[in-house]
Amino acid sequence: MSQAEQAETEAAPPRTQKAPPRPNPLWTLSLFRSELAITFRRWRTLALLAVLAAVPIVVGIAVKIETSDGSSAAGGGPGGGGGGGGGPAFISQISNNGLFLVFTALAATLPFFLPMAIGVIAGDAIAGESSAGTLRYLLVAPAGRTRLLLTKYATTLTFCLVATLVVAISALTVGAFLFPLGDLMTISGTSISFAEGLGRALLIALVVAASLIGVAALGLFISTLTSSGIAAMATTVGLLITVQILDQIPQLSALQPYFFSHYWLSFADLMREPVYWDDLVKNLGIQALYAAVFGAAAWARFTTKDITA
Amino acid sequence: MAPYEEAKAGNRIEAGNEAEDAPSRGRKAARYAAPAVVIGLTVATIGLVPAFAGSGDPDLPKISAQELIEKIAASDVQQLSGTVKISTDLGLPDLGGLESGLLSGGLGGGSDDSGSAADPSAKLLELATGTHTVRVAVDGPDKQKLSLLEKAAEYSVIHNGDEVWAYDSASNEAYHATAPASESGKGEDKGEDKDRILPGDDASATPGQLAEEALKAVDDTTSVTVDGTAQVAGRDAYKLVITPKASGSTVGAISIAVDSKTGTPLKFTLTPASGGAAVVDVGFVDVDFGKPAASTFDFTPPKGTKVTEEGGTKASEDTDKAENKAGEDFAKDFDKEFGEDLKGLEGHEGAPDGLEDDGVKVIGEGWNSIAMFDSGMEGGVPSAESSPDAGAFGGFLDSFGDKASGDFGSGTVFKTRLINALMTDDGKLYVGAVTKDALVKAANAQQ
Repeated sequence: MSQAEQAETEAAPPRTQKAPPRPNPLWTLSLFRSELAITFRRWRTLALLAVLAAVPIVVGIAVKIETSDGSSAAGGGPGGGGGGGGGPAFISQISNNGLFLVFTALAATLPFFLPMAIGVIAGDAIAGESSAGTLRYLLVAPAGRTRLLLTKYATTLTFCLVATLVVAISALTVGAFLFPLGDLMTISGTSISFAEGLGRALLIALVVAASLIGVAALGLFISTLTSSGIAAMATTVGLLITVQILDQIPQLSALQPYFFSHYWLSFADLMREPVYWDDLVKNLGIQALYAAVFGAAAWARFTTKDITA
Repeated sequence: MAPYEEAKAGNRIEAGNEAEDAPSRGRKAARYAAPAVVIGLTVATIGLVPAFAGSGDPDLPKISAQELIEKIAASDVQQLSGTVKISTDLGLPDLGGLESGLLSGGLGGGSDDSGSAADPSAKLLELATGTHTVRVAVDGPDKQKLSLLEKAAEYSVIHNGDEVWAYDSASNEAYHATAPASESGKGEDKGEDKDRILPGDDASATPGQLAEEALKAVDDTTSVTVDGTAQVAGRDAYKLVITPKASGSTVGAISIAVDSKTGTPLKFTLTPASGGAAVVDVGFVDVDFGKPAASTFDFTPPKGTKVTEEGGTKASEDTDKAENKAGEDFAKDFDKEFGEDLKGLEGHEGAPDGLEDDGVKVIGEGWNSIAMFDSGMEGGVPSAESSPDAGAFGGFLDSFGDKASGDFGSGTVFKTRLINALMTDDGKLYVGAVTKDALVKAANAQQ
């Protein structure tokens, strides 16, 4: 049972009705739909999402326990002069407003958990089919390699969005359950209403999801290089860790603006008043650049390679 | 089967066939050209765009230095908001993580209460190294806001009417003070106080007279010229260049870009005589002369925020004083953008002014003035300008010093790119924005 079979059976009805001269765009959509269904029905995917959903729960409970004796999280450390050096961004505000748990959870998962999950999905995209021996059957279907690659990439991006929203919604639920909600203060010190805060949270979730575009493209490219799914996943996650480490080395500051992870934390700029767009724009630009470069490289590789399995 | 026919019938047919066939070697190479082209285009864009964007200084009518200073003095910009980039390269060792330890342990050690992360004096030192982005918003003399943008956090100082708030979002701590105009010891209302003094208050003198006096006052030590135009934060600006006439100063030139329409200084650059990158470079990257939103200046600490009242630190006023002096220098730089260059300039030139009452002797004049402290080195806070490094960890500093000797005996010279200090072995300290030779000469002359 390969995707190709599913795709065909799903694609059949619209074609018999219309029989248009050009390839029906719905055909691509149905391939996409079947890819989505296969991806999200995997136990592996569900386990990844469960881990992501658990992060805000753990953070929320930890903050709740720490602040139950009246002290505030983070800032109260000895000296305090450095100013909240420990913990992810926004953690000191959680106990006052549960909405901040969304921001903290995203800040906590963005450096590692989220991209790791994306790396697994993206790395598996082509190489997984290859190692399972299903890739050649997929290519027997008249989708063409380019379209199959696009579908795989679209599926991975959908997973980026879903994974981010899972973190955000889990955090919002836990935050509402454990802490008070209400008007909140931007990090610039101005107040905004809870509704606007929710809007910003949604915007932040979208930006975080968009921040993963680069990793997704990189993972897809690596996935076209090998026919071992595990190797592709491990390489993607390994690269992710390497880049994160290199991003911390001051001597490499000239290179760092070109790392896909360099501007990840810029999503916090959406909590400034007025919003500081510079780094956000740079972040999205970098992601687009990675998508273009590695997307093109993946295309070049995938459309020319010999499919042996 | 239908799907095959469909795909063949479609205009995608070529791509499909190509993909399915084993491609020739040439075609393979052609495919890989795609990512190469993307990379090439990116590199070209990154490389060329700044080159084009930087060219073409605006074409403005010629103007004399005096007219330009008049313009600055006549400027009555009351409302403005914008983003300022501050780059400081004093040639200090990178304080890195040290600075926080220094703040709580060294300078701020007077009392435990002063350990609030939101205490303004604790933040000033951060500006001494590296590049920072600061947002400013001004609406008349009563409302100002200054925010230091940090990674996923922000530090804001908000002055609204008679209240001054400082809020540190990273630690969720706030610092509260009332702002009587007479209280001048606090770092955060420096800029604001001066703001009030400058453009409006000197109503007795016309801007023209002021400019003339200012030029006359500095005439024998300083040359002031207008050096073309520049584009700053998307606005056309004149460049006012101030250079010391005498040699021996470490200051090479001070360049101030002045907005051609409003007369507001937009960029301030201090280049050292030794060449290289600017020591201090403060400038707007974007600026808007419209009225900032009123809500910008509203601050109510949400519940759960730790608020430190100003009174909490009063007990340690003495140490505060030292800190604030250190801050004064930076506050002065800030002042520049707020529109009070003339004061700032005079202050700069006569930097030791404020120190005289502390039992300090000033040698020389103008740019080459050197402050001499005779109080001995143990525990003494050397000077306003060098205290960010020297005051806090004097012993540690020895490792940065060079030995120097002359008629005065011997001593140690501490060098930065702007301020040099000579500490003699008999406990005298000479500090100034002058070269090492000038310091040694001054020390010799004192013997």
